[in-house]
This record gives sequence, structure tokens and C-alpha cells, in this order.
Amino acid sequence: MKNEINEAHEAFEENSSSDSKRKIVVPGEVIVKGEDYLPGEGTRREGESIVASKFGLAEEAGRVVKLIPIFGAFIPRRNNVIIGRVSDITHAGWLVDIDSASSSFLPIEESPRFINRNEMDQYLAVGDVISAKIWTVKGKGIDLTLKGKGLGKLENGFIFRIIPSRVPRVIGREGSMVNLIKERTGCNITVGQNGWIWVKGPSIEAEIKARKAIELVADKVYIMGLTEKVEEWFQENE
Amino acid sequence: MSSMEISNLTKEKLKNMIAEGKRFDSRGLLDLRDVEISYGVSKKAEGSARVKIGKTEVVVGVKLQTGEPYPDSPDKGNLMASGDLLPLASPRFESGPPGFNAIELPRLIDRAIRASGMIDFSKLVIKKGELVWTVIIDIYPINDDGNLIDAASMGAVAALKQTVFPETDKDGKINYEKRTSKKLPLSKEISPISFSFFKLGDSIILDPTREEEEACDARITFGISKWNGQYMLNSCQKKGEAPLTQEDVAKMMDIIPKKFEELIKKLETFIS
Repeated sequence: MKNEINEAHEAFEENSSSDSKRKIVVPGEVIVKGEDYLPGEGTRREGESIVASKFGLAEEAGRVVKLIPIFGAFIPRRNNVIIGRVSDITHAGWLVDIDSASSSFLPIEESPRFINRNEMDQYLAVGDVISAKIWTVKGKGIDLTLKGKGLGKLENGFIFRIIPSRVPRVIGREGSMVNLIKERTGCNITVGQNGWIWVKGPSIEAEIKARKAIELVADKVYIMGLTEKVEEWFQENE
Repeated sequence: MSSMEISNLTKEKLKNMIAEGKRFDSRGLLDLRDVEISYGVSKKAEGSARVKIGKTEVVVGVKLQTGEPYPDSPDKGNLMASGDLLPLASPRFESGPPGFNAIELPRLIDRAIRASGMIDFSKLVIKKGELVWTVIIDIYPINDDGNLIDAASMGAVAALKQTVFPETDKDGKINYEKRTSKKLPLSKEISPISFSFFKLGDSIILDPTREEEEACDARITFGISKWNGQYMLNSCQKKGEAPLTQEDVAKMMDIIPKKFEELIKKLETFIS
């Protein structure tokens, strides 16, 4: 952990000339001083200053100070597309494991076509992987739906996990990063907001390469201009 | 909360990959990850070591205390291994009463060390039938990325080799603050290493990562040591439902000497 912080600082200093707006902060560190600023996600106001409450990259977007955490659990929100594993079948639907604090449930009515209650395991069996959308987040749990474009049972390929708070970097600005990896490896990639990633490619080599590229991105979140770095990495590992 | 079991997709993919001799981290099926050992991680323990195998990390401490010998071995010291699968090491570990894996881990380490004859228990006797030294090995996994048993056994052996006796006064009271330079009565040539082989489909792999370990159908752990130029099989434990064929075991026996030498050479570079 300590090494990671040092590494992050070093990497940041190297790259600070390219983008001086972002700053690595640790919890309790003062990001900016002044009454003009507003605390955004991951920050709080303490007297005159805006203070970080997580370890991450602080960014000023106008008056609002935002913080992108480097570590963090998945916090489910409505309309998030997630990848989950069916962990149990009940009379009314499927229980899905999505690496979240509360349990999530996929009701039988939310499958895209009619499913007979006696044949639920033929559609989704325990251990199957689905891409689903979060429909509601309530105190008692999360409800999922499979109605929507690109949602449903995932066939072939494999899944692996990254730290959920690093998902935005893996996707990149308007999907630039994930598109680059898709293009270079020819793989089909779905990134769930919960940090589960599904990869399906033409060959095992391409799939391994795609996974390595994604893990590289997830590992080096604090480096600026990461898209170019990944481009270089692909050239080196042709 | 989450059961953290492997998905059908990943299991199927790993099975196909291993059958083709490929792994996600580009290792060969029998290649070991890099091992790193550091000593003296705990000030309170009489001997301690931290072992890193890839991302797997285990801290092992050895404590010495005096006590009564067991009635069936009045002229021998005692060995106790205990371990806990701390929830900090993996999201799969829960706090609470120890589960099957948490009981199995220290038992395997205990057996591998005890049966190898690495420790000369007869030299741990202070007064026959009344007072002996008890060697307590505590295993703490810090991060679990597969192959915890092998990492823990390496850590236990490394920590034992560093262990020194604390000072005792005339009344037999131990002063843990002060250490003597007297080391544990260990055999110079025997140093046990445990090897866990995992079977996935028809293939056998060594040193799996967490996800590979989860995909596997069976595991067999051997405690190996070398004595008088011969490889000794000290302990053996199988887990999992899938059967192992005679050919499987014969193949493992062929692999062990090669890997034993490779690992011993690696471990020697860490011994200070």
C-alpha cells in the first residue's frame, strides 16, 4: 500500500506537466482552500478548505472538487449495467452474485421472454454469467432486469474482476480505452460497473492479451495519458 | 455475503486453456511464480518470516514456551501449528469459527514438518517428564492468491530456521525481552517443502492462482524432504472429488525432484 502511494506520486510527478489539474490526495489532505469551491464526491468541507476523504485523484471541475478513488467497493446505482453470477434459483426468480454488499435478485418476469417456472434452470443455471441492468436499489436488496439491448446470458469467453472504482479508467473517455483494446485484440469485451469484465475473442492468445491490457490499465490508474501508454504496450507486444 | 464461487464460463475456459498448456499469466503448467522471503517481520516472535509467491503473502511466526510434555512422549518437546484464515486475506474468508480449510492448513504444515524430522524434539527437553519446550507455529495469510499451503510451509520452515531461544533465569522463568544466540535444534540437511498439485480436467498444474485453484477438481499435497541424498515423502493429503490415476501420481513423482532442487536453490538465496 505504501509503495503504491509512493509509486503513484512518482508517476504523477513525471506526468504532471501534461495535466496539472489532477492531483493525488490521501484522506485528510487539503485539496483547495477557499469559500468558492464546493465539495463533490469523495470530498468534504472542513472550515475553509475542501478535504479529501479517500485516496485518489482529485480534480477541479469548475467550482466543484471531485475525487476519483483508487480503491473502493462497488456502490450499486439504478441503470448500472453489471455482470453477475447466478448463485441460486428460487420460485420467483434468480439470486445473482454481483460483488455488492446487498443481495441482488432477478425476477422471472424480468427475463426477455416467457419462462416456465418449472424450466428456470434451462434458461439460467447456477454458475451461469449474465449481463444485467440494475432496476431498483432498495433497503432489502437490488432488483435486476434483463430487458434491454445487450443484456442477457453470456455465452463462451470468460470473466475476471478488477477493483470496481477503476472501471471508469478501463472504459476511458467515451469508451476510448475499451474500444482501443477491442480493436487491437479483436475481442468482444463487456465491462460491468461492478468490476467484472467479460472477454470473448477469436483465439485464446487474443483473450489473454486483452486481459493483460485491461489489467495493465487497472494497475496504472494514476498515470496520465494512459491511452498512449496502452498503444505503446500493444506495439511492444505485437 | 457473496459466495465467490467460480463461474461456469471461466471454469470451462480455464479447462480448455490448461489442456492446451496455456495460463493467463503466461507461465507453463508446472512453472512456479517468483518467491520472496523476508525475515524478522515480528519483534515479539522468536522467529518470523514473510513469504510472497506472486500476490500470495503469508506471515509465519514461531513462539517458544515451556510446558509439560505429553504423557506418551515424556522425553520429547512439543510442536503446535495453528493458523487462521483472516478475512483481510481474501473476500472468501469469513470471521467466525474455523472452517475446513482453516483447520486443514496448519495440520498440513504440522505434519510436513513433524514427519520430516527437521526438529530434534529430544533436544527440547528441559527436565524429562516434567518440563519441555513447546514450539508454536502461527500462520497468518495476508493475501490469498492461490497456493497458500505451499507458501505457508515455506514460511514455517524459514521462520523455524531463524528461531532463537529466549533467556531463562534460574527459576525457569522466561524473559521474552532478551534473546540468546542459541538456535532451535534443527537438522542441517533436512528442510521440508510442500508441493501441492492441482488437477484440472486431465492436466496437472503447480502453483495455481486463486481462480485456477477454484476451477480445479482435485488437489494433492505432498510434504517432501531430502535426506541422505534421497527424496522422502513425509506426508500426503488429497482434497476434491475427482480421482487421481496411477499415471497422475507417477507423473508427480517424476516432477517433484526437479522442482525440489529448483525451489531449494531459490530459497537458499534468501537465507541470511
